[in-house]
Amino acid sequence: METLLPLLLIVAKSLLLIILGLTAIAYYLLADRKIWAAVMLRKGPNVVGPWGIWQSFADMIKFMVKEPIIPTTANKGVFMIAPLVTAALALSAWAVIPVNDGWAIANLNVGILYIFAISSLGVYGIIMGGWASNSKYPFLSALRSAAQMVSYEVSIGFVIITVLLCAGSLNLNDIVKAQDTQWGMLGWYWLPLFPMFVIFFISALAETNRPPFDLVEAESELVAGFMVEYSSAPYLLFMLGEYVAIITMCALLVILFCGGWLPPFHNEYLDQVPGVIWFVLKLTWFFFLFAMVKAFVPRYRYDQLMRLGWKVFLPLSLAAVILVAGVLQFAGFAAQ
Amino acid sequence: MSVATAFFYLFSIITIASAAMVIVGRNPVHSVLFLILAFVSAAGLFVLTGAEFLAMLLVVVYVGAVMVLFLFVVMMLDVDFAQLQKTVGKYLPVGGLITLVVLAELVLVVGSWNVAPESVLSTPTPAGLSNTAALGQVLYTQYAYLFQAAGLVLLTAMIGAIVLTLHHRPNVKRQDISAQNARTRATAIENKHVPSRTGVPVP
Repeated sequence: METLLPLLLIVAKSLLLIILGLTAIAYYLLADRKIWAAVMLRKGPNVVGPWGIWQSFADMIKFMVKEPIIPTTANKGVFMIAPLVTAALALSAWAVIPVNDGWAIANLNVGILYIFAISSLGVYGIIMGGWASNSKYPFLSALRSAAQMVSYEVSIGFVIITVLLCAGSLNLNDIVKAQDTQWGMLGWYWLPLFPMFVIFFISALAETNRPPFDLVEAESELVAGFMVEYSSAPYLLFMLGEYVAIITMCALLVILFCGGWLPPFHNEYLDQVPGVIWFVLKLTWFFFLFAMVKAFVPRYRYDQLMRLGWKVFLPLSLAAVILVAGVLQFAGFAAQ
Repeated sequence: MSVATAFFYLFSIITIASAAMVIVGRNPVHSVLFLILAFVSAAGLFVLTGAEFLAMLLVVVYVGAVMVLFLFVVMMLDVDFAQLQKTVGKYLPVGGLITLVVLAELVLVVGSWNVAPESVLSTPTPAGLSNTAALGQVLYTQYAYLFQAAGLVLLTAMIGAIVLTLHHRPNVKRQDISAQNARTRATAIENKHVPSRTGVPVP
């Protein structure tokens, strides 16, 4: 009983996070479509409920009750596991994300490495789905995604290292606390590490296969990429995993560069606002940026994508690691 | 039985079972997927022993990068699975012999190896330090030169691989990105007066 109680507590916390998280995802998805529509001067989903607020739930029910079609030549086991892998991995990253001081299911000492590991595993769902479909477009998409995600992980890794050098910890909670200075939002890492902030934002777009880097599911070339053969609940799981990964990347931007749950300035009024509110506000702001990029940046060509990853971001971020380490060492800012 | 013990048995069983499936599996892609599962559950075992940094490194480096490329290559192979099954019998005697020799060597080495008790810490993490910090201190102070030498070896291997595969072919048309970006409206567009019924001469 002594050992089971903490376990039950963790299960309860995880359930709460999943329920809240999935509800939030439903509305972020709706917001994505609404923002996209607004940029194009359309109305977006507006039929199900007032302003279409039940649209995501209606879509969910539709996907759940539809018949899943498995191609006869597909590798059935891998075909069905692939969406599960995508969704489960994307959700498991949230185990370590602190939405307020100490509010995480697991306060891991290697939290940032854990998230990096989970996001590098995300490519497996796509590769497995693409291969198991036993079809041309999904397979091409799987090959593209393998190359694309491995390329951009490299620069994401170096950007994370620059933040770690400044914070002196791998613990996400401590990284946020290291940004808590008397200068408020000017002391968060987005200002001193501004080029890295931009590189991380663009690499996050590529890592989550968002436009302008959505070559994995470029509809004009590959129909729907690795999801061509998927329907009903497996497709829903792929979409869920994709959006959870996007929100995770937004949360990572908030934690690494924008002070997590910290208020923009410390004064008696702003300090009264719960940290969760600040976290969600910042998260929503980054999601808005993701949605805007989707709306008005045209898709990259594949060779441009590879060039940007390997010839621009990799040297820049590698140089930044050396520069930041040098500045910290010789200017006396080195973390103890 | 504590929760940690239960998880230890769970991860151990998954590791061993998936390692066995790597060899038994008929489809090479399935084998690679099982190998990935074995790596992930081995990372779980690392976490249970308190070596969390190693666990994450195993997942990031092996599962996240090396195995992706491995899977990439295996997926591209056009393997005849029936043919593969037939040839297994041919290599079984030699393979079995090598396995036995390696097993005997391992038993001999482990059997005669005296572990100095004072050199083994009771816990992987010294008091007052996180696992990652402890590892970093040892690696970058005590073994800094060896660490850099290991890095140089890897760099040499990387350069070697590039030199072996890089071919400079003449007469290949490549894009010059800086030249493309340097184009302006003045250099790209030319307005010509087109006289009626005569047109302009095409260069």
